[in-house]
Amino acid sequence: MTTAVPAAQPRFGTAQILLALSVAILVIVVAVPVLLIFFNAFWVQGQFNVVDVIKVLSQHETYQALLNSLILASGVTVTGTIVGTFFAWLVTRTDLPFKGTMKVLFLVPFMLPSFIGALAWKMLLSPRSGYINRLFMDLLGLDGPVFDIYTYGGIILVETMYLFPFVFIQVAGALERMDPTLEESARISGADLFTITRKITIPLVMPSILSGSLLIMLYSMAHFGTVAVLGIEVGIYNIPTLIYEKIHQSAGSFASIRTGTVLASVLVVTAAFIMWLQNKVLARGKYQIIAGKSFRPSELKLRGLRVPMLLFCIAYIGFTIVLPTVTIFMVGGLRTYGLPFTAENMTLDNYKFILFDWQLTRDAIWNSVSLGFSAALITMTAGVIISYVIVKMKVRGKGILEFLGMLPFSVPGSVIALGVILAWSGKFGVNIYNTVWIILVAYIARYMAFSLKANSAALEQVHDSLVEAARASGATMWQALKDIVVPLVRPGMLAAFFLIFLPALRELTVSVLLYGPTTRTIGVAIYTLNEDGETVYSAALAGIALIIIVFGESVIKRLFKVGRKG
Amino acid sequence: MAYIELSGVTKRFGKVAAVNRLDLSIEQGECVAMLGPSGCGKTTTLRMVAGFEDLDDGEIRVGDRVISSKKKHFYLPPENRNFGMVFQAFAVWPHMSVFENVAFPLRIRKLPREEIQARAEEALKHTNLWSVAEGSPDDLSGGGKQRVALARALAIRPDVMLLDEPLSSLDPHFREEMRFEIKDLQRRFHHSILYVTHDQSEAMALSDRILVMKGGVVQQVGSPLEIYGAPANRFVFEFIGLSSFLQVALRDGRMEVAGASYAPPAPPPPELAAAGGAWLAARPNEIAFSTEGGVSGTVERKAYLGEVIDYRVRVGEAEVRVQKTRREPGPEVGETCGLIFARPRWYPLEG
Repeated sequence: MTTAVPAAQPRFGTAQILLALSVAILVIVVAVPVLLIFFNAFWVQGQFNVVDVIKVLSQHETYQALLNSLILASGVTVTGTIVGTFFAWLVTRTDLPFKGTMKVLFLVPFMLPSFIGALAWKMLLSPRSGYINRLFMDLLGLDGPVFDIYTYGGIILVETMYLFPFVFIQVAGALERMDPTLEESARISGADLFTITRKITIPLVMPSILSGSLLIMLYSMAHFGTVAVLGIEVGIYNIPTLIYEKIHQSAGSFASIRTGTVLASVLVVTAAFIMWLQNKVLARGKYQIIAGKSFRPSELKLRGLRVPMLLFCIAYIGFTIVLPTVTIFMVGGLRTYGLPFTAENMTLDNYKFILFDWQLTRDAIWNSVSLGFSAALITMTAGVIISYVIVKMKVRGKGILEFLGMLPFSVPGSVIALGVILAWSGKFGVNIYNTVWIILVAYIARYMAFSLKANSAALEQVHDSLVEAARASGATMWQALKDIVVPLVRPGMLAAFFLIFLPALRELTVSVLLYGPTTRTIGVAIYTLNEDGETVYSAALAGIALIIIVFGESVIKRLFKVGRKG
Repeated sequence: MAYIELSGVTKRFGKVAAVNRLDLSIEQGECVAMLGPSGCGKTTTLRMVAGFEDLDDGEIRVGDRVISSKKKHFYLPPENRNFGMVFQAFAVWPHMSVFENVAFPLRIRKLPREEIQARAEEALKHTNLWSVAEGSPDDLSGGGKQRVALARALAIRPDVMLLDEPLSSLDPHFREEMRFEIKDLQRRFHHSILYVTHDQSEAMALSDRILVMKGGVVQQVGSPLEIYGAPANRFVFEFIGLSSFLQVALRDGRMEVAGASYAPPAPPPPELAAAGGAWLAARPNEIAFSTEGGVSGTVERKAYLGEVIDYRVRVGEAEVRVQKTRREPGPEVGETCGLIFARPRWYPLEG
């Protein structure tokens, strides 16, 4: 391959500057923190040390956290896969009424933060004061709770509600794109619907099922919020919550930081392994099952089960989406937590208080909005430049960029936060610990992968000849970028912006490890208020967060609808 | 009685009749092609025979049993019809080997293992796939995949073979080869075949009879020769082969074209003469040039297509296509000529 432009210019050209800049951003923001974690875990007093790592892992506390992560992640993966596959099949392959609406509703849990859901379930099903438990105890005169949410089962249940869409999306997509004649040819061969499902349909969508369930596993393994809200109280820790506990207790003690880095290393390795497995599954399972011209797939007639199935879906959505959301808003409107929901106990004062009067919550909202906005803007801009180098430029060394860019995909939030603490608390001359800047740096590291993905996809659509035509017309590289490339990838940039801004608004895992007295984010404020027993304010703030998120999501939807038409 | 009998078969999608009161009978061992433009209802008809679509009216029987009936509200499920079907998009299962694809219907029928082996082997040998039997169908070309689908259908020893545009996903040179293979297999096994296509040469080459459809309505049923030689209406004439049309007014035993009056090349049917106008239709190679007499026109374009020369002759508003072999003399571009319709056909102006 000839490297036309750069090879002809031995001097330091635009391409080299861009490449150096991209590498620098990714190294400083992404690579250094991760490397520091491994370094701290394996390098003790000037030498490589594995014995200590094993010693740390075999402590009861750490060992139990590893085991818990495994138990919870496996449980959620199994239940989430079953739920997701079942609903995906129901909305694509049966004559269920209102299939389209149901399909949209099953995706709603994706935009709701799971720790807010966990909060709601705590209010409903905590063993002593949960509303549902109390209701049944009063109604039936039971001594104990109907269901205790502070258990492995409870945590798995709540995580399943928010993570099953990973499988649902993948499987529904595969079933919809699948050529229906693959199944029809089995029918005409003499197979009944049950045999077809077993021998044809399920094997063909198996790669999608597997890749979805590995995503569930990846997220559950590294998941902080639900376990923090429902597990810590009764001593159930997983890896991220134990890291959090260690860092918070320690106030910088060497031993706890080490335990943290060892746990984080395990998490990184596990996550990387799951990502690798997922790529392998996807690569192996690339069956060509996409339909050409085709009739709609034959739908299984549910007949007598049609209405019961619809009611089941409605009940599921009511139970997992409507009930928790309503609970959050209702509790947020109570004068005091624990009072019954009667008119005289309800008030809007809590909402007014946290929005306008209370410095802590006002700070939190302002912090989240400004952090989300800055992180999105910076990451979007850096993402364009880096993607441009990766996709479009013929320079040597861009392989490193691709690797560095993919790295954050497999680095969980708590690992990034820990790495950022190691890198930016004075060891290398910069100390931004306890300031808002450290959170910003962590957000940039965490969301860089999103930006790279959206921008690379957009850039791949811009054919090289468009830039070459601009250069041939006399434009410099910068002019070509500014006048040709940027206008064409603007939708991708916009997508990247919102893909970062919205999740950043509700971020908890990273900021909970990094916040200082005045740098709480919305997520941190909701979480700490709940910890401190300020349940109604916590719920009210969660309600505000839900409103902002839903509003933001609908703005994006509208924006992209208009953008696509234009 | 015919082997397959469709009577009054109707299918509506919403208010639109995709298939309207279709009657068709197919004899044992006969190959019938359903031919028509896309959306004419041919695939829907095939899917009703296969059992994938219910009927809105009518009945389908095979042999002495009813397999679909609106009136009796009875539909034999597709899996119990013992038909073989080949789809346009191949529909071979990528997660099974070629052999397993062919053996699948036999395993479903719970045949003894030796028989499965023997019948799959036989089908694979007939389709020249025996050497790749253990491979994945994804490694085969389009033609190879379609042969797997064909072998799978053959292995069933079906009562009826249904082929849904089996060749249109293939490269053109494969298409011709596969056409001969299908014809060959049909001669050998003597299946009744219902074959859907939008390609007239495919239909001509393969089938004993052709059914031409348009807008859900049967236009004509007949042997390839009848369809080509005596099209029932203007649509069939235009759809099969090349065609030229002239709109003429008929008055007092003469015809008028573009303001000039001529003696008609043959007497038009009396009902068209009474109507006062008609389409005069001919194949481009059935029109001759003459220096005196004939419908007067001007040569606008002349293209050499190898053996054939293609003329476009302007007659008033209309353009008439004429084809001559390159040895025959003909006019040059810009010259005026007379057109003699050697085998004229007359069709009513509307419909």
